[in-house]
Amino acid sequence: MSDKKQFKALLTRDAKSGKLGRRDFMRYAVAAGMTIPLASGLWTSEVAAATPKRGGKFRVGVHDVNTSDTFDPGTYLSVGMIQLAHTHRSYLTEITPENGLGPDMADSWSATPDAKTWTFELNKSATFHNGRKFTSKDAVASLNHHRGEGSTSAAAALLATVVDVKAKGDHAIVIELNQGSADLPWFMTDYHLAICPANDDGTLAWQDGMGAGPYKIVEHKPGISTNLERHDGWHREGAYFDTIEMLGLNDPNARQTALITGDVDAITSVDLKTMALMARNKNLIVENVPSGSAITLPMFCDHAPFDNVDVRLALKYAIDRKEIVEKIMFGTATVGNDYHVSSGMPYAPTDIPQRPYDPDKAKFHLKKAGVSSLNVDLSAADSILPGAVDLCVLYSEHAKKAGISINPVREANDGYWSDVWLKKPWTFVKWGARPTPDQMFTLAYKDDAPWNESHWQNKRFNELLLIAKAELDDKLRAEQYREMCQIASDDGGTVIPFFANFVYARNKKVAHGPNLAAAWELDGGRGYHRWWFA
Amino acid sequence: MGDIVSIVMKRLGLGLITLLVISIIIFFAVELLPGDIAQAVLGQGATEDNLAALRKELGLDRAAPVRYLEWLGNALTGDFGNSLVSKTSVSEAIGTRFANTLFLAVYAAVISVPVAIFLGVLVALFRNSVFDRVANVVTLTSISSPEFFLGYILILFLAVKGGYFPAIAKLDDGMSLIDKLNRTFLPALTMVLVVVAHMMRMTRASIINLLASPYVEMARLKGVPAWKVIVKHTLPNAWAPVINVVALNLAYLITGVVLVEVVFVYPGIGQLLVDAVTKRDFPVVQACCLIFAATFILLNLAADVGSILTNPRLRHPK
Repeated sequence: MSDKKQFKALLTRDAKSGKLGRRDFMRYAVAAGMTIPLASGLWTSEVAAATPKRGGKFRVGVHDVNTSDTFDPGTYLSVGMIQLAHTHRSYLTEITPENGLGPDMADSWSATPDAKTWTFELNKSATFHNGRKFTSKDAVASLNHHRGEGSTSAAAALLATVVDVKAKGDHAIVIELNQGSADLPWFMTDYHLAICPANDDGTLAWQDGMGAGPYKIVEHKPGISTNLERHDGWHREGAYFDTIEMLGLNDPNARQTALITGDVDAITSVDLKTMALMARNKNLIVENVPSGSAITLPMFCDHAPFDNVDVRLALKYAIDRKEIVEKIMFGTATVGNDYHVSSGMPYAPTDIPQRPYDPDKAKFHLKKAGVSSLNVDLSAADSILPGAVDLCVLYSEHAKKAGISINPVREANDGYWSDVWLKKPWTFVKWGARPTPDQMFTLAYKDDAPWNESHWQNKRFNELLLIAKAELDDKLRAEQYREMCQIASDDGGTVIPFFANFVYARNKKVAHGPNLAAAWELDGGRGYHRWWFA
Repeated sequence: MGDIVSIVMKRLGLGLITLLVISIIIFFAVELLPGDIAQAVLGQGATEDNLAALRKELGLDRAAPVRYLEWLGNALTGDFGNSLVSKTSVSEAIGTRFANTLFLAVYAAVISVPVAIFLGVLVALFRNSVFDRVANVVTLTSISSPEFFLGYILILFLAVKGGYFPAIAKLDDGMSLIDKLNRTFLPALTMVLVVVAHMMRMTRASIINLLASPYVEMARLKGVPAWKVIVKHTLPNAWAPVINVVALNLAYLITGVVLVEVVFVYPGIGQLLVDAVTKRDFPVVQACCLIFAATFILLNLAADVGSILTNPRLRHPK
């Protein structure tokens, strides 16, 4: 980079972060040899656009919006409700645009050294949409909604280790666990754990859609649209748009047409097949954000022939992940390495070498396993991921070169989770992103987890999992997770072809900060209060 | 006229029995689908415990026939129950959406029926001419293309490239009728293109069929002009089959609208039905299907009454 260019970049960066006013910016720019119109233009195009402005109606075309969506945080399932929940409700903590952990309804948190007792200090100025102050009682009810006998919440498993949630005064809560967990503050970002007002009897008043989020609901037509306006008492910086309209646009073509014709300002998902055509439109920007959502191909490690680690390794070497990312995902994915920790997660290891596509090595492992020919079924359904079956067909072509025959089995879309997943020995699975390695490993790789989808038992891995869970020293923890990832990659029963990206699009006139959170579509579902009209 | 009343009563009675049979079929068809509502609602995140809790809450732990009879008992008193998923009443959930579907159907019918019959008369008048051939080819092409494809073509040319009409048929409360007609023009046009061919060709065929009759020849010999022969002499006798085809297509405008609603994001009943089936939300599925079934029964009845009224011979059976 030339000196001049470097200076320009530095200048713009300082101005964007607010260190430089317009006058100083102009003075330095001209001093550096820029003409006045050039400097002025740079200010408008680069700096002013990066300074949030209030106002406007943000119209978003959202996919997966259903008439059956409800306000019950325990049964949130659809993308539409996840997006809405982050807009009209709030959470104790949030995932920041840099994919770190930040405060939301809780200002700070601390744990006892064994990480078994956590205290969350709550924000004192936060209010619900009806003006009522947010107190510890609401936080306790919001968490207890997902616990206890007869809970219908899908987050019950997440909070299984929670023994008690207590209020400590009006503005703090204490959570007690039966096992140390250094990740508890991360758990609080889970989309089910939305804060709603408590009833007098301690139950949760979720029915009327009240929340303490940046926008309040003006009109909600399930499956059609939701109109919201700014909650003036919101306790945080942001919420730049005056009003928000979320339109249910489930048909990819309708969604993209609406963005092109200007009926909406942003959409939550772009059809990968037409992504390149969308990107050619000068008024639109397609965002391609790596996420922690993985495709996994778990094989039962206690089921022949997968009970032999060399067979598993052969299958891991027999897949050309790069070609799969290019052909099935049109480049919008990040190659996986057979451990379920994406690059955006905390403690993600960076020094584990990528496993290549190597048919010879696969043959070598087959020979070592004493298997002359391998013939296995791989179950998939296109409802899990469009192109799932194609992926398996492509994989079977790759594996042929290593003398392995994989038969892709197309299963019925309906009931895949109940009849195929955890039932057939080798299946195709898509996982939503989990914020931390511990959560992912505990959910699907721990020896006694009900969702241990590969029936994988590794003593060292499970030891480390327990140690790392309660380890509050970040450096030690990172080393422990690195070792676990290495073990999973070399011994585990799960082939991870890739981590899918979130691909969504917006009109050029919508602006956002330098980073985008990877938790959900549209900046972790928080673009509604983080973005603005340039 | 007494005959007609008794026919109508008899048909309505039969219609009710048909609806009952249909409701049984729908109930057990939904039961046969793999997975249940608890699994659909909780998704991959379901555990055995909260599945059981949700099933209990929804009353799904009881035997299927018991649940059906309970639903039937309530339905007979006019209570169609609550949606299992959203807990709101079914009539509330369906009400505005069905009104929207009806609006679109009426909109499309008001355009398509006159156009189809007028075209039918014209092509019968100029049969075997270039005009006849072109009209046939065009309408047959549009009926042979799937609705979603027609919709996409219209969106591409009239919305994205031309910008004449909006591509998304979203409705707001307090929209003026003109606005509403403009917003829903493309979906209505798609429906028109789908149904016109059938009605036009039936009109043409039944008119041409009659043109060989002696009384038409007589009219011609009298020197009656060709258009008058068709409009005054043959058309009145051709009504019966035409009315039947029109009724069938009107029913299709209501029941076959699902794809068009999806393409244009129109908040009608079809979208609701699709959502309800994927979530196994039986009361909503049942109510939507019964509305569709009742539409067919009533429109068929109307067609029969219409053809009887237009044919004096049927009105005075020997």
